[in-house]
Amino acid sequence: MLLYALRRLVYLIPVALGVSLLVFALVHLAPGDPISAIVPPDAPKEVVDKLKEYYGFDKPLPVQYLRWLGVTLTGDFGTSIGTGRPVATEVATAFGNTIILAIAATLLAFSLAVILGTAAAYAKSRIVDRLVTFISLVGVSVPHFWLAIVLVIIFSVELGALPPMGIGPENATGWRLDGPHLAHMVLPTIALSVIPLGVVTRTVRSTIKEILGMEFVTALRAKGMSDGRILLHVLKNAAPTCLAVMGLQAGNLIGGSILIETVFAWPGTGFLLNSAIFRRDLPILQGTTLVLAFFFMMLNLAVDVIQTMVDPRIKRG
Amino acid sequence: MALQTPSLELGAPVMAPAAATATRGYWQSVRRRLARDPVTIVCAVVLILIVASSLAAPWLGLADPYKTSMIRRLNALGSPGHLLGTDELGRDMLARLIYGGRLSLFMGVTPVACALLIGGLLGITAGFLGGRTNMLIMRTMDVFYAFPSVLLAISLSGAMGAGAENTLLALSLVFIPPICRVSESVTTQVRGFDFVDAARASGAPSLTIVRVHVLGNVLGPILVYATSLISVAIILAAGLSFLGLGVKPPEPEWGLMLNTLRQAIYVNPVLAALPGVMIFFTSICFNLMSDGLRAAMDVKA
Repeated sequence: MLLYALRRLVYLIPVALGVSLLVFALVHLAPGDPISAIVPPDAPKEVVDKLKEYYGFDKPLPVQYLRWLGVTLTGDFGTSIGTGRPVATEVATAFGNTIILAIAATLLAFSLAVILGTAAAYAKSRIVDRLVTFISLVGVSVPHFWLAIVLVIIFSVELGALPPMGIGPENATGWRLDGPHLAHMVLPTIALSVIPLGVVTRTVRSTIKEILGMEFVTALRAKGMSDGRILLHVLKNAAPTCLAVMGLQAGNLIGGSILIETVFAWPGTGFLLNSAIFRRDLPILQGTTLVLAFFFMMLNLAVDVIQTMVDPRIKRG
Repeated sequence: MALQTPSLELGAPVMAPAAATATRGYWQSVRRRLARDPVTIVCAVVLILIVASSLAAPWLGLADPYKTSMIRRLNALGSPGHLLGTDELGRDMLARLIYGGRLSLFMGVTPVACALLIGGLLGITAGFLGGRTNMLIMRTMDVFYAFPSVLLAISLSGAMGAGAENTLLALSLVFIPPICRVSESVTTQVRGFDFVDAARASGAPSLTIVRVHVLGNVLGPILVYATSLISVAIILAAGLSFLGLGVKPPEPEWGLMLNTLRQAIYVNPVLAALPGVMIFFTSICFNLMSDGLRAAMDVKA
């Protein structure tokens, strides 16, 4: 098992290099000179040249890439142009806030999806099945940033029940586990969970339906096993597929939370990325993208490994 | 906004030496199945109405979508002369919502069409040639797969700067890998069928095999998959505009309208939510239509 995980990790190295190349290229996709973001347009040419030399922008691109890669591998992501603080610190703080939201949304989406999907698969009446199918359709079709605004309108503007933005009470720095902070989490968590809810509900429903039609279920029924015990067998068989889909969704949720974080002014990676884009803070843009992409890769790897652990039928090829 | 790659399995392959007549039979049955599917028909009609009204907007007798009015800002729904009220600059909402369909739909459909062309070509090439070419193409795609799709779109268009062209480019790049993967997997399946071997044994050149035997069998599943991406693309394009990365003001576009109307949620909340309703409806219709097509074309997801 460990060997399998290690081998998969080795396979990731070329992909990781490709990712780093793409992230490096982000700076050079930007219009104009990368140096133009930090110097005023009327700066004398000598100053610009000095700065170019200082940052290594005068070297050929392959050399620049290797230098950047070497520095980045040591954990040095450069300095934020906007705040002057190290990019690594900024990204780490924001990442923590994003993860908190992502875990909450994943738990909410997954538990609801398992309940709804199982109910739909078991449902004798077509109404329940139709209703669940409709819910999952809405989940995958709704623009989640719009849903976030609608939630704010209903629960903050009209009802005044929940705070519309921020991570905690005013002047709060960072997240803590207490009432006011949890209240701030409710709306973003719901808004963030709709897409995974829709996708996973679909998967759970179709997987369980398929398993219910298998012969071993008929055999268990004929044997006189109670419905509850049969459900356990069914869930166990459905788990690998559902876990895999949920894992992918969880990763997308972390990368995709930028819109939700913007609506709720949640100080996570998405919010950081958004402000970096508008300040043309390219080191932050690079650092955040790189960290999120690596997290996504690792998460996908973990999902694969867990899936093969849960399901011995999958060959570890 | 989840780009999942479904493991597409082909339905019954279009198998017959006289491919032309057999194909017609298949499409006929697809059409028959579609005609008996009320949900798909309703969605298609709604979509046609949205597209047609946005294209015909100048001739519908609507107000000027760009004309601002300082004294008529944020009028409520149903106010005289403005059926759906006015936005934060006093522009007519009904006109902006209908005109907005032009850019919103264009920004959603174009990237998928581009990705279909490029990704499909790459995927079919990789699947048909196999070997090193396959390795090279598919491993390159793996790099793009290492990014969550929304992150990739935002980082790319964020680096390139705001603007509709950059959004289109970024979104096309986001959708090429999934379409390429699906195309590769169905092509690899088709390549293994006996009729391909038979054609090769009878001396048919590769291009003919691709044109007659491969394309006929893979285009259906690839198209169905691409239609399922349109709703994602529309939401993502609107999302980029919502962040200020896509279409620039004062153009009417649903995502951008949601952004600028956010300041109005305390004054006129219903108005502020309207553009999202348009995105939601369009995306639901595309999703349902894609499901209907999948069922009618017998592509298992």
